[in-house]
Amino acid sequence: MRTKILMAICSLGALLGASAAHAQNKDVRVLHWWTSGGEAAALSVLKKKVDDQGFNWQDIPVAGGGGAAALTALKAMVAAGNYPTASQMQGSDLLDYVHAGKLGDITDIATSEGWADVVPKALQKYAVVDGKWVGIPINIHATNWMWVNKAVFDKIGGAEPKTFDDFIALLDKAKAAGVVPLALGGQDWQESILFDNVVLSTGGIDFWKKAFVDLDDTALSSDTMKKSFDNLAKLKAYVDPNFAGRDWNLATAMVIKGDALTQVMGDWAKGEFVSAKQVAGKDFACFRFPGTQGTVIYNSDIFGMFDVSPDRKAGQAALAKAIMSKDVQSGFNVLKGSAPARTDVADTDFDACGKKGIADLKEADKADTLVGSFSQTVSSTPAIAGAYHDVVTKFFHGQIASSDEAVKQLAQAIDDAK
Amino acid sequence: MVAVSSKSLIGAEAETRRRPRRLFDVLLPRLALAPSFLITAVFVYGFIAWTFYLSLTNSKTFPSYEFVGLQSYERLWRWTFQSNPPSSWYTAIVNMGIFAALYIVFSIVIGLFLAILLDQRVRHEGIFRSIYLYPLALSFIVTGTAWKWLLDPGIGLEHTLHSWGLTSFHFDWIKNRNFVIYTVVMAGVWQASGFMMALFLAGLRGVNDDIVRAAELDGASRPTLYLRIIIPLLRPVFLSAIVVLAHNAIVSYDLVVAMTSGGPGGSAELPSTFMYSYTFTRSQMALGSASAIIMLVATAAFMVPYLVVELRARHQ
Repeated sequence: MRTKILMAICSLGALLGASAAHAQNKDVRVLHWWTSGGEAAALSVLKKKVDDQGFNWQDIPVAGGGGAAALTALKAMVAAGNYPTASQMQGSDLLDYVHAGKLGDITDIATSEGWADVVPKALQKYAVVDGKWVGIPINIHATNWMWVNKAVFDKIGGAEPKTFDDFIALLDKAKAAGVVPLALGGQDWQESILFDNVVLSTGGIDFWKKAFVDLDDTALSSDTMKKSFDNLAKLKAYVDPNFAGRDWNLATAMVIKGDALTQVMGDWAKGEFVSAKQVAGKDFACFRFPGTQGTVIYNSDIFGMFDVSPDRKAGQAALAKAIMSKDVQSGFNVLKGSAPARTDVADTDFDACGKKGIADLKEADKADTLVGSFSQTVSSTPAIAGAYHDVVTKFFHGQIASSDEAVKQLAQAIDDAK
Repeated sequence: MVAVSSKSLIGAEAETRRRPRRLFDVLLPRLALAPSFLITAVFVYGFIAWTFYLSLTNSKTFPSYEFVGLQSYERLWRWTFQSNPPSSWYTAIVNMGIFAALYIVFSIVIGLFLAILLDQRVRHEGIFRSIYLYPLALSFIVTGTAWKWLLDPGIGLEHTLHSWGLTSFHFDWIKNRNFVIYTVVMAGVWQASGFMMALFLAGLRGVNDDIVRAAELDGASRPTLYLRIIIPLLRPVFLSAIVVLAHNAIVSYDLVVAMTSGGPGGSAELPSTFMYSYTFTRSQMALGSASAIIMLVATAAFMVPYLVVELRARHQ
C-alpha cells in the first residue's frame, strides 16, 4: 500500500516536472454559447484557423438562455481563478470584468496590426478600456431589422415602410388579408428589442442617445418617451392572441411558413431563413425598422481576453489575430448572419441582406449613428437592462395600464438599477 | 436530520455514563458524524451567514465586501407593497403564497385519495402504483416542457379539441397573466401526487389491523373509519409530506422556468426566479442575497413552529 502511494507521488512529481519544462502551453480555451447548428458551423471557421497554427482549441460551450447560463459559468470559473484564454461577451460584460481586474492587455498586437483604424469606433468603447485593448470583436449584429415573408408581402401589395405610420398601414393590410401581421415572441427581451426600435423610430437618434446612452432623466420621462409607449401599444393589435412566451425562432418560423407577414428581430433571425433554404431578396426581404434607416442598433460578440499566465500568452495572441483576420471575419459572419466587425472586409460572399447590413454599418459608423443595443446590455448594464425589460414587458402585457404610468415606472426602475 | 443525530449523540453519552467503556467506543460515533457535521456547518450554515453578509454590501457582478447596511432590504420592503403596477417582488410573493398553498393541499389530498383507493386490496396493485409514481421519475424540466406544449392553445389541448370540432372549448390560462401560476400548480401537483400516494400507502399499511377490526366490530362505516381513525393515525406521514412539499414549493425554479419562462409580463415570477435573476443575470448580487435571506426567514417562520409542535407531540 505504502509503496503504491510513494509511486503515485513520484509519478505525479514527474508529470509536474514535465509540464513545467514546456515553456509554452498550446491550449487555447474558449468559452462561448454558440451551440445551435448554424452557430457551431460559424465558430468552426475560427476553430480551424487556430488549430492550423499548431494550437489546441479547447471548447467550453455552455448552452442556453442567450448567454445567461454561459456568463454564470464564466463567473464561477473566474471566481475560482480558472481563467479561459478568452470568452464570448457582450458590451458591458467586458466592463464588469475589466473593472474586476480579470482581463489582460493585448494593445501591442492591436497596435502592430492597426485594428484601431478598422474596428468601428462605437465598438472600441468596449474593446478598448482606458487605452488598453481587452477584447476582440468577431461580429456585429444589428437589431433594427424587420424580416418579411416576400410572398405574403407581394400578395397584399405592400411597399417598404419608411415611417412608423407606413408600418401601421402595412400591418393593417396584412390583417385585412387574414394573416398575422406581426410575429412576436412575447418574452421580455424580444419585446424590449421591439421597443428599442420603436423609440428610435419615434424620437430619432439624438433622443435615443440621450435617453438610453446618457440615461438622462428628462428624456426618460419626456413626452417623446410617452409617445413611444403609445406607439408600442398600437402594435399590440397586430400580434396573434397566442404570442405570450413564444421563443423567437418560433416567431421566425411563422414568417417563413407565411402564417405571419413580418418579425422585428436581430439579424440572427436570418440564420433561420437560410437553414429553411430561403433566399434573401427572393423568398424573404429585410428592411430596416421603419424610420431607422441610416442608424444601426448593434450588438456585438466580443471575445474578452483574460489575464492568463505567460505560458498561455502565445495562444491568446494567435487567437486574437485569427479572430481579426479577414477570412475568419468573412467566413464566420456569412454563416452567422451578422456583419464583420472590421469595416474593410469585402462583402462578396454575403447575400443581399448581408451586403445591406455591411453598407448600412459603414454609413452609420461614419455618421456616428451606430449605437449599442439598450435591451441587449450593450449600452446598458445587466441591472438596467433587466429593469427596462420589466417595464416594457409589463406594459405590453397590461400590468402597467397607461403610457403615463409606464414612463414613471421606467424612470424609477432605471434609477433603482443604477 | 440534525435533530435526530444530536439525539442519538445524547443517547450514546447517557449510555457511556452508566457503563464506562473504552475511549474508542466513545469517540467512534463522534468521529463518524464529524465529517457530515463539518460539511453541514460550512456549506449550509456558513454559506447562509455569507449570503447574509453579502446582502448588507454593495455587491454587484462579483461579491464585494463594502458594507452599505440595509439598503437592499429597504428596496425589497418598498417593492413588497407596490401592487399597482405590481413590482416583480410583489408578484413573486403573491405567487409563492398561491403556489405553495395549492400545491401542498392538492398534492396531499389527491395522493391520500389514491392511496386509500389502492389500499382496498385491488388487483394488479403494483401496476397502478408504478403508473401513479411514474411522473416522479421525470425531471421538472421535462414536466414543464410537456405541460407547456399540452396547455399551449396553439398546439396543445385546445388546438386538438378544435380540430375535432369542439370549437367552443377555450383554455388559455398559460397565456393569461392572471391565471398562469395555476397552470404551474397543475403540473406540480401532477408530478408530486404519485409520490404522496406512495408515502400515504406506506403509512396505511403500517396502521394496526386490530384497531381497524375493532372499529368495524363497533359498527363504524368506511368513511368514519378513515376520517376518525385511520387518517388521524397518519399524522407522522403528514409531517413528512408537508416538509417535502414545502421544500419543493420554495425551491421550485426549473418547473416555472421551463413551463412559462417567466409568464406573460413576468406574471409567473417566484422568489426563486427573482433571486436567481438578480444575483446571477442582473448583476445585483446584494439584492439577490437579501431576497434569499427573506425567503429563508419567511420559510423558517412557518416551518419551525410547525416542526417544534409536531416533533414534541411525537415525542410524547
